Amino acid sequence: MQLAFFFIFAGLAVAGALSFLLQRHPINSALSLVVVMLSLAVLYWSLGAEFLAAAQVIVYSGAVMVLFVFVIMLLNAGEELRTRGSKAAYIAGFPGAAAIFCLLTFVFISHKTPLGYAHPGVLNAAAGEGSSNIAQISTLLFRDLLLPFEVTSILILVAILGAVVLARKEQ
Amino acid sequence: MVPISYYLVLAAILFSIGVGSFLIKRNVITIFMSIELMLNAVNLTFVAFAHMWGNLSGQIFVFFVMVVAAAEAAVGLAIIISIFRTRETLSVDQVNLLKL
Repeated sequence: MQLAFFFIFAGLAVAGALSFLLQRHPINSALSLVVVMLSLAVLYWSLGAEFLAAAQVIVYSGAVMVLFVFVIMLLNAGEELRTRGSKAAYIAGFPGAAAIFCLLTFVFISHKTPLGYAHPGVLNAAAGEGSSNIAQISTLLFRDLLLPFEVTSILILVAILGAVVLARKEQ
Repeated sequence: MVPISYYLVLAAILFSIGVGSFLIKRNVITIFMSIELMLNAVNLTFVAFAHMWGNLSGQIFVFFVMVVAAAEAAVGLAIIISIFRTRETLSVDQVNLLKL
């Protein structure tokens, strides 16, 4: 049952990624990427990361992809022309990507037993019973990791300023 | 009972598709989106390992990756808009001043 659930959403993610790769129009690629992100959110949830599943839907498939679609429409991007890529991509890029994929898959499959099994909906945290995922994450984030959290808020502020300066019309 | 390795293999598949589309695509925006796909694949491995160890640090890391990706998307799309203003194109083949 859980395996079937996993395979449905993993298949959906891979199909979305392949559709992203094969589509020519940027809007179609963006919508395929939304499918990938939503099915990844379901997989996060099945791994006991409820907060991240919600954040994935809201931040990634909500905010970031809306920004992408907005820019695609703003710049009126049409179908892309498929030209030959650079020679380095064909000599080093694709064999390198295939080698990374084969190596990772081999390692993961050969270490299937020591890696263990997923228990959907339950994270075996040492924090004890009764505390939810969000409570544990907020304890970590607002008590132990408060400084990095505040630094990211400054990062976001700088990113906003940078985006405004870069996208502003020249006087 | 789903083996953790299946999640990791799925992440490897998504990452490789991201690398492949990064190399194939000729439009700046879709190249940028394939970077997002690779970030998502790595996030999946973080969540899977966090589940495996019963430790929340991996999930916290994914949270910070999401924040940085959002900031990166904002700045990157602003750069793409200003490239389009000056060069009037989105094709990476025609933005090649630094190419050998």
